[in-house]
Amino acid sequence: MVAAAEHAAEDTARPEALTLPAGRLPALDGPVKMRSRDLRLWYGDKLALTGINLDIPEHQVTALIGPSGCGKTTFLKCLNRMNDTIDGVRIEGLASLDGADIYDRAIDVVQLRARVGMVFQKPNPFPKSIYDNIAYGPRIHGLANGKRELDGIVESSLRRAGLWDEVSGRLDELATGMSGGQQQRLCIARTIAVSPEVILMDEPCSALDPISTARIEELIDELRDNFTIVIVTHNLQQAARVSQLTAFFHLGRLIEVNGTAELFHSPGESMTEDYITGRFG
Amino acid sequence: MPAQHTVRSYDSELEAVDSHILAMGGMVEDQIRNAIQALVEGNRALARRIIDLDARIDEHESEVDELVTRIVALRQPMAEDLRRLKTALKSASNLERMGDLAANVAKRSLVIEDAAQVPQREALKRLGNAVYNMTTDVVDAFRDGDAELAQRVWRQDESIDEMYNAVFLAILADMIADPRLIAPGTHVHFIAKNIERIGDHATNIAEMVTYMILGKLPDRDRPKANSVIGVDGDQ
Repeated sequence: MVAAAEHAAEDTARPEALTLPAGRLPALDGPVKMRSRDLRLWYGDKLALTGINLDIPEHQVTALIGPSGCGKTTFLKCLNRMNDTIDGVRIEGLASLDGADIYDRAIDVVQLRARVGMVFQKPNPFPKSIYDNIAYGPRIHGLANGKRELDGIVESSLRRAGLWDEVSGRLDELATGMSGGQQQRLCIARTIAVSPEVILMDEPCSALDPISTARIEELIDELRDNFTIVIVTHNLQQAARVSQLTAFFHLGRLIEVNGTAELFHSPGESMTEDYITGRFG
Repeated sequence: MPAQHTVRSYDSELEAVDSHILAMGGMVEDQIRNAIQALVEGNRALARRIIDLDARIDEHESEVDELVTRIVALRQPMAEDLRRLKTALKSASNLERMGDLAANVAKRSLVIEDAAQVPQREALKRLGNAVYNMTTDVVDAFRDGDAELAQRVWRQDESIDEMYNAVFLAILADMIADPRLIAPGTHVHFIAKNIERIGDHATNIAEMVTYMILGKLPDRDRPKANSVIGVDGDQ
């Protein structure tokens, strides 16, 4: 991390003040949970992120939008180091969680991913029982002392994901037999089970029907009381509905970040305007 | 309008909304101009034609309402498109009211023509012409996306209020001086008030056009002339 040392001093204090591009401050205040400064990422020779400066406010939903290939998912994956294992990827700049550089050598990536969980585009439950899917994380992280405590985590996670009433009588059944929407909520419950602080969601509703999508959106709104959420979505109406802050990416650049209502109503950049009104290229 | 949408039919729908607003705007302009002319010249045939034509303005409003609802439901417009449609919807409603008020002026002009004397006819003409000019300007501002012109119209409301207040006082003075003028004077006052209200609606449209173009309403409270009848913000 070339630039990390330069930023470390200013980035240690918590809570951090939320800083956004000058002159276009949304009505958001409160501490910053995650922050990127001049974050650049290369796939081999190709520069895919060109110096991203973005603050992720705590207990808010931040939506990342932009056309395919704009870098929004790449950026999302930088936030819990999911890009590390990809051959030829090189990352420079700063990404921090509570002011601490997440690319620091001292950081345990497994622990980082427990703090910054991820929900993927397609529901990906393990081919195990509903119970074991949720218990998996707490078991490997040693979060439960004994069966009763583990049962408690499983139940509370399923409740928080709005799934308990639907599955409480069949926890031993295979998770892969659930509907798509249930599987995605199970994956959210599985993420919650290890008590993360941040949940990254990569198009969590793109494979779901409208009712399941509505349930997930309702869930996202409830979850932000306890978690900080970053969501990548191609569905602009979804971004408008669920998020408080929206960041628009294009060709690896962060074009505009603003309060969601402001961005969808009166965007500051003509490129944002063209994209959200369907006039893009 | 900026670059075209990827979905071309969306552009056609937005253009259809604009066409209705401009058609309505043109009709309302004509109705106001003709209402003033019918009043000044005592032209009963023209006054009746104004009353008959009002229904066509109402039809345009219904069509704008239907089109905008359909676009909102099907396209989920955002940013400038959303502001444009909201402006169209509100402007259509204001234009429809302006049409009604012009028809009211025509109806009352038929009544006062039976009176032996009509006070302040020339003053009504001046007030009517000023409001007519505001209306043409605000329709042009919508058509051309001209925020400066829209704001100029918005600021004119104060002088319209002042003109109305002056007309009101003059009518009052005429009626005090000659009680035979009380009946026609009351009608003339209603006509003056109707014309002044047309100006208020033009000002509302000017606000919306400013919002459509700049993404925000004009900066400060609308300038208002002090009311001569002691009712603040009398509208």
